[in-house]
Amino acid sequence: MSGLWRGDDERAVRIAIASGKGGTGKTTVAVNLACVLADSGQTVQYLDCDVEEPNGHIFLKPDITATEPVGIPVPMVDEQKCTGCHKCAEVCQYHAIAVLKKPLVFAELCHGCGGCALVCPEHAIREEQRAIGVVETGRALRQGSRLCPASARQAGQADGVAFVQGRLNVGEPMAPPLIRAVKKKALADGVAILDAPPGTSCPVVATVRDADYILLVTEPTPFGLNDLKLVVEMIRQVGVPHGVVINRADSGDQRVRDFCAGETIPILLELPDDRRVAEAYSRGEIAVRVLPEWRSKLTQLWQGIPKAP
Amino acid sequence: MAVQAHTALARHPQGTVKEIVVISGKGGTGKTSLVASFAALAGNAVLADCDVDAADLHLVLKPTIRRREEFRCGHEAVIRQQDCIGCGACLARCRFGAVLRIDSGADDLWRGAKTTCDNCADGCKRACPVKFADMIETMRAAGGGRNEHGFLIDPTACEGCGVCVWACPVKAIDFPERLSGEWYVSDTRHGPMVHARLNPGGENSGKLVSKVRETARALAEERKAELILVDGPPGVGCAVIASVSGASEVLVVTEPTLSGAHDMERVLELTRHFNIPSAVCVNKWNLNAELTERIEVQARKAGATLAGRVRYDQAVTQAQIQDRAVVELRGAEAGDDIRKVWEAVR
Repeated sequence: MSGLWRGDDERAVRIAIASGKGGTGKTTVAVNLACVLADSGQTVQYLDCDVEEPNGHIFLKPDITATEPVGIPVPMVDEQKCTGCHKCAEVCQYHAIAVLKKPLVFAELCHGCGGCALVCPEHAIREEQRAIGVVETGRALRQGSRLCPASARQAGQADGVAFVQGRLNVGEPMAPPLIRAVKKKALADGVAILDAPPGTSCPVVATVRDADYILLVTEPTPFGLNDLKLVVEMIRQVGVPHGVVINRADSGDQRVRDFCAGETIPILLELPDDRRVAEAYSRGEIAVRVLPEWRSKLTQLWQGIPKAP
Repeated sequence: MAVQAHTALARHPQGTVKEIVVISGKGGTGKTSLVASFAALAGNAVLADCDVDAADLHLVLKPTIRRREEFRCGHEAVIRQQDCIGCGACLARCRFGAVLRIDSGADDLWRGAKTTCDNCADGCKRACPVKFADMIETMRAAGGGRNEHGFLIDPTACEGCGVCVWACPVKAIDFPERLSGEWYVSDTRHGPMVHARLNPGGENSGKLVSKVRETARALAEERKAELILVDGPPGVGCAVIASVSGASEVLVVTEPTLSGAHDMERVLELTRHFNIPSAVCVNKWNLNAELTERIEVQARKAGATLAGRVRYDQAVTQAQIQDRAVVELRGAEAGDDIRKVWEAVR
């Protein structure tokens, strides 16, 4: 079904990195792929859609140049105009508005669909943004640039990875609107790498649904396999082509490979369990910078992703 | 939705049942491995797997399902294709990008009408946002185009708000209840367990989490159990809020990486926000001893107590492969560490 979502506009190739299970190496694959592509001269953008726990910035160390608040529109009722007709409360599926003697809004339950404002016959409802988080944009510099970020920008040398991340306010339940705001920053050309949150529920769908390709990062353990099966089931509903990256490939057992073979899902890359990589990760370092041999693996991964004609 | 669940839970008197929720912020730090071991050590706890969209605890505990219930929550919009006049009112109103136009490539949206105008009392005009009004006039004048399909709803993007149902001038959109998953009450070798399966891509994970916790609480009262052990989801959003609100204690499992530290900070901010006493355990601590110390300092500053450390041990993966909890493996060093953590949190 993905053909449906191809807009009429030119847009970057969108590669989403997902995994059912957390901690399998999504961010590792995403930032390393971004760096390898940027180093080879591609226009690359990294978008951290794990807005609950964004980690890409730890590795890319971007120079953040803009921070924009993101909100969802919630109703404000003009009590003078309200006649207490209840139409708003009837249309609201989230019980976010009630009319007793006076209209009452429970803003934290509101999904911002706009239904109440639409149905109000008195036009007594207007909408106001309730902040749920921020979108930050900036740029991660190319390795080896000796300039400070600002002068690198001036000198036109900031040719690394374009960076976008969402950061959900702590205590805020609803991630998808913020994920959609992050994705609105996607570039019109080049490659956009979308780092998804773990799991298979609505925030993951919001991240991957209009991607051109999804990389599923897993590990060859029973938990990794179980969550891979779930995420594959989800992806088949959104209908996006996908392939698997097996991380820490030499730990665990064969069952993930058997599953992929049975379901004819290509395994695009296997990354060995390497203590040096784990240590680099723990310090917030990018593996391809520490282990040059990783560069060819990531290039192989990129070449393995089928490109649209 | 999660907040609603929170207030509902908060209204319940807590009684004497203690509820320990294991979360992490960052995924893959070892929540489920710890909970499975705690289950083995506790003996008489009710277990609840609240990671409903990627549940793994059942892989270790091999539950026998005693009760299975459908989880129906919310609604979803479905366009009856035979009745759709292709006006696009649904597309114009949907804020979640859930309405798909099938004839993509046509030069303008509003020429997509598949029938000629049947003068449905200006339904399109009523439904139209101002900026498209001219186009609608054009469409009506033109009497429709060649499109045979019109519009459909992407169920994975539909938030179930019902605005399109209301906006459709010919009432061609149905709004059935949505089957979002299942939940189960099971027996395991370490006690009763409540778990669930959110349909892949599903909404309302917070509500399903609340259902699992409510059921576990009722079960604990019925069986006179003194403890509920909850395996929580990663992150800090909807499902996590629903997992921790009203709990007696949270155990945050982290790892000695900058990502683990960053995510722990946010998750402790969340537990402070909800006033829940929190303890922190650093898993795989010997991968970076220095960072482990820094994380422990950071945790104490954030108001958490320390529950101990678990070393990196291949036995953890081996236990998983053998469908066993780490403490059930003879001689696993990580198992000894987990026993100490359990003594600290129980």
